[in-house]
Formats: sequence, C-alpha cells, structure tokens
Amino acid sequence: MPNTQYDLIIIGAGPAGITASVYAARKRMKLLVLTGDIGGQAAWSSDIENYTGYQFVTGPELVSKFEEHMRKYAIDFHENEEVREIEKSGNLIKVKTKNGEYQARTAIIASGKVSKELGVPGEKDFKHKGLTYCATCDGPLFSGKDVAVIGGGNSALDAALQMIKIAKTVYVINNTDRLGGDAVMREKVQGAPNVKIVNGAKVIAVTGDKMVSGIKVRTVSGEEEISVQGVFVEVGLIPNSSFALSVEKNERGEIKVNCKNETNIPGIFAAGDVTDVSEKQIIIAAGEGSKAALSAFKYINHSR
Amino acid sequence: MAKKVTVYSTPTCPFCIRAKQFLKDNNIQYEDIDVSTDQVKAQEMISRSGQMGVPVIDVDGMIVIGFDKEKIKEALKI
Repeated sequence: MPNTQYDLIIIGAGPAGITASVYAARKRMKLLVLTGDIGGQAAWSSDIENYTGYQFVTGPELVSKFEEHMRKYAIDFHENEEVREIEKSGNLIKVKTKNGEYQARTAIIASGKVSKELGVPGEKDFKHKGLTYCATCDGPLFSGKDVAVIGGGNSALDAALQMIKIAKTVYVINNTDRLGGDAVMREKVQGAPNVKIVNGAKVIAVTGDKMVSGIKVRTVSGEEEISVQGVFVEVGLIPNSSFALSVEKNERGEIKVNCKNETNIPGIFAAGDVTDVSEKQIIIAAGEGSKAALSAFKYINHSR
Repeated sequence: MAKKVTVYSTPTCPFCIRAKQFLKDNNIQYEDIDVSTDQVKAQEMISRSGQMGVPVIDVDGMIVIGFDKEKIKEALKI
C-alpha cells in the first residue's frame, strides 16, 4: 500500500458521492473514491420522474450519466472496495478497507442506506437461495412459484406488484394491522387475484433444505408455516454507517450533520441518505454531495 | 485461447449491468443469458451455482456468483 496522502477520500458512489467527486475534482483536490457499488439505491430505482431536466429516466440510465460525468476527471476510483473503519488520528483521517489503509486530510461519508434484515433464523443461510433483498433483480427467477413478500410499505408493495405478474401466489406478510404505502399501489395489490395479505403477522423463521421451502409466521392466533419457494425481504432501509464508530449519529443511526455537512469530527463530512438530512431524494443527495465537497475544500484551505 | 464466458443475468439488476460493462471494458467476449425470459437456462443457473441470485458468471466452467471483480479477474487471469 503506497502511503499516498489524499486531500479527500469519498466513501460511497451514489448520487451524493459521485456529485461530491465531480465538485472536488473540479477544485483539483487529490481524490480517492472507495465504494462497494456505483449508484447506490438510485441504481435500483425503476422510474425517476423528479430529477430536474429529466422528465423520465430510469435509475440505471441516470446512474450511468452520473458515472460518465465523474469519469471525465482523473480520479482514483476503487469499486468493490467497501470501507470497514474510519478514524481521525492527529490531523489525518485514516480509512481502512479489505485492501489496506488510506490517509487523507478530509473525508466525506456518502455510504447511503442498505436493506434492513429481518434478523430471524434461516435468513442468512438462505440468502440468494430463495431469499432476496432485490425483487427487481431476482424476481424473474420465481416465475410460476409461490412467494412471500415481507413488509407493508411502498417497497414491499412495489415488490408485490412485480411478483403478482409472474408468480403463482404472492403472500404479503405485514406485521401491522393494515398495509401502509401509497393508496394507488395498495389498491392494485389488494385487487390482484393471486395475492394473499396476512396482516398482523411476524416472520419468525425462514425454513428449507438447500433452498427456501417456507416461512414460519406468528399471528395472534398462533404460529403457522406457509409454504413458499421465494422470500422477498422489504422491511425498509438502514443507514450504512456502522463502520463510522466515532462519528455521532441520531437514534436511527443516521450521521448527524450541520448545514455545512460537518460531522462532530473536524475534517469528516457526510452527505446524502446516510445523514440526518430532512429528506431522502436523489436530487437532495446530489446537492448535499456538492455542498460537502465545497466544505471539505474550504476546510483544507483554512487549515493550511 | 480465449475463455468461454457466460453471464446469467436479468435486465433490471444493476450488478448485472456492472458486470457486463466490466467484461466489455476488458474486451472479453461473453454470451449473455437473460434468465428472466429463459426458464430452462434459469434452472441451469440455479443448479450450477447452487443459488438463485444474479448475476452468475461462468468462465470456462468456473462459477463466480455476483459481481465480484477480484474473482472474475482471477477466473479470467487478467
């Protein structure tokens, strides 16, 4: 590992991280981007109709535009390299990944949100063996099968709507007494002939042999097993902030930032959905990313 | 000799798009199988990889699950 010292390390390459990298590159900052993927949640979005300038664009299309823009600049860009630790020591920020340690004077955490897990027995064993967190990706493999969507919000309804078209029976397992989400989507799900909505039910286990064969749920009337070959976990998202141990977060695990995107640690900034910013939108994440990059640039100039 | 590369994917999965882009960037020829429309090939992918997540990349019989750049590079020896 060469001991290159960067001006800025950006963690994540969703709308916030990519926009930050464009702004920082244009300020001629020596820049490293460390990320697992490109696009983050935006890459999984199907239809985007509220990003100014695009009346309609798909997530993958918008993300490829973002990436194209970023690649215009000479940036050290490490994909498939997730951050495990970030800490400040003296005036330097140290960032660790599976490949080693990097040093910079500033960092922007823009690691977004990740799917929340159920936390029940069998979940980890059957991941990708019938259990998935991405209906958009893996849904088509369950054509003609019985599947369960776990959750009752918009992302669960979205997954259910996708599966209704191709699966045999779609169980929607919702742990509250009625479905949430947008009325339009809810009505479509409720009206589908091959849907069974199970309200007030909590999943307590995912079962099977080599692949998923069912789920165990608990309701007021007791426990029952539902036979399914596919399980779509859609119980929401959590901030991808657990690697940032010393950075202050709110009760939801979101990194606390002020209006300049500063965290409690001088030199460490944060932007986008991983923060406590009031709304989570692609355009907001992008704007926050640019703000964080400009703040990091000012921070370096002031501390010179 | 060029290796035989097959990508099992769905059109909507971002990691499939990334994986195919990575192969293109490295001038690797591959056969793209859309498992959302081909049930037989979908079953083939499941039985060969022992799992149901896409993408699955087959490099001369070596199976790589997911867009794991390092493993793909290793399999391709690039």
